[in-house]
Amino acid sequence: MNKLIIPALLALLIAGCSSTPDTGAEQSGAPVEGRDGVRTVTTGGVGSSQLPAVLTDPKSILSKRSVYFDYDSFEIKSEFKDLVSAHARFLAENRQFKMLIQGNTDERGSREYNIALGQKRADAVKKALMLMGVREEQVESVSLGEEKPSCVDQGESCWAKNRRGDMLYNGEF
Amino acid sequence: MIRNFRQFAVFCTCAVVSLAAQAQLSIEVTGAGANRIPVTIADFGGDAGSARAITTVVRGDLERSGLFKLVEQAQSPLTEASSIDFAAARSRGADAVAAGSIGATADGRHEARFRLHDTNKQAQLAGAAFVTSTPLLRAAGHRIADVIYEKLIGEPGVFSTRIAYVVKAGVNRFQLQIADADGQNAQAALISKEPIISPSWSPDGTRLAYVSFENKKPVVYVHSLATGKRTVAANFKGSNSAPAWSPDGRRLAVVLTKDGGSQLFTVGADGSGVQRLASSGGIDTEPQYSPDGQFIYFTSDRGGSPQIYRVSSSGGTPQRVTFEGSYNVTPRLSPDGRSMAFISRRDGGFRLAVMDLASKQVQVLTDSNKDESPSFAPNGRMILIATEIGGRGVLSAVSVDGRIKQRLSVAAGDVREPAWGPYQK
Repeated sequence: MNKLIIPALLALLIAGCSSTPDTGAEQSGAPVEGRDGVRTVTTGGVGSSQLPAVLTDPKSILSKRSVYFDYDSFEIKSEFKDLVSAHARFLAENRQFKMLIQGNTDERGSREYNIALGQKRADAVKKALMLMGVREEQVESVSLGEEKPSCVDQGESCWAKNRRGDMLYNGEF
Repeated sequence: MIRNFRQFAVFCTCAVVSLAAQAQLSIEVTGAGANRIPVTIADFGGDAGSARAITTVVRGDLERSGLFKLVEQAQSPLTEASSIDFAAARSRGADAVAAGSIGATADGRHEARFRLHDTNKQAQLAGAAFVTSTPLLRAAGHRIADVIYEKLIGEPGVFSTRIAYVVKAGVNRFQLQIADADGQNAQAALISKEPIISPSWSPDGTRLAYVSFENKKPVVYVHSLATGKRTVAANFKGSNSAPAWSPDGRRLAVVLTKDGGSQLFTVGADGSGVQRLASSGGIDTEPQYSPDGQFIYFTSDRGGSPQIYRVSSSGGTPQRVTFEGSYNVTPRLSPDGRSMAFISRRDGGFRLAVMDLASKQVQVLTDSNKDESPSFAPNGRMILIATEIGGRGVLSAVSVDGRIKQRLSVAAGDVREPAWGPYQK
């Protein structure tokens, strides 16, 4: 009694890796490959491609892609209505183009809840575009929550830059 | 909860050690339990280097738990075959003495044997042997610490479990890492230029579900850790996020926006058979199954402010769970299903709180400003959270009574999104 059962243990080791001694004890001692082996996967981002000049020329309103929101608000402010209308016209006249709208939030609060808040901002932009004739299959609204801040300092002036909807065209996402 | 003591565990040594992460977590402990058990972990006999490696792990585990006080030994070294001078150990204040040795097996591996003695009863409490290769001596140490913890505390230890978390080491450098519960042995499961959030362990500990932004939008993946094989569990039009495993490991509760708004669905772990779980005109997110699978707890703004609700996993009318305050999010159930950890905004700060589900009594456990992402240790004793200190993301493990706090940080970078894994089978 109270002796370590070394011979039994050795027998088990010879028998195989993942077995459990027949002592009535709960299973333990999983094979180490399963326990510790972690294979690393590397993933990249997506590159961008050529877009027509009207979308990228700094003199064109269509080169502007961001709509900013007030704190806890999901309404498109009047100062951004012209911008959204311009993109709506472009999409309506160029049905081959697709747009990804990414909603963003500031860093305060739960990451997942912020995904949902950013989604409301992206959805507001999508709804405005569709009211102006853009087809549903041309636009997708998604959220990046607080994960992709354009400004990383603390405080309202920075947070305001992160409460944002970004409009990306095919090739940019 | 009564579990059989794992008396004779076998470690196998066919390890495939993959890329070791550069950034190791370091741990700092503040506070301690009210009644720490005085215990001596003797210097083990046998090969001195291996013995030291193991006893260092055992002592570190027990000390960091905040539940033990290490008492220096009277005799040195002590093996499992040594006769213990109980009177001497008692005179130094030790209630228990662990002694052991490291030997070699015929095939060149290490065998760590040990015994735990009760100095008052002058009797053996436990004995075990673990066979391991050199790179895994630490794992054997964790197993020994688990045995000692379980014998002296009366519930299973979690030193052999693993944690998952995300390290941000630059603007475009994100790593999903897996480490031992003490922060050592960190390995990268996924390296990405885009954010990774919400890792969630499968109940068997072999897979993680998480949200990756590598496709410029949130997509839910299931990732097998040993093989690195990834499958898309949810990539519908719109956002896909907040995965949570069902207790049987077959399905995931997820948040999808495909039908408008952030709403709760379930989907097979392989991405098949999507079903709606609940409906609201507002935000429903952060689902979490109760351990018995009966309920899904979640965050919703259906009442005006974000609060925690629960709904039967077969559907029906949700019931509100939190009432105090204007921001209560991220529900996480304890393994016994009796309490719920969550994040509550109090005095402008986001703090870890725990609710006793029967009495609805809430206890706020921290006074920090940016607590996030709580998860229970599988024995229910500690809660792991992300928080911020000096503008940097760190992890913190807080005991459910709030007395013991361990802080885990990496030298370079932010650590966030922790998830404590299940018991290793």
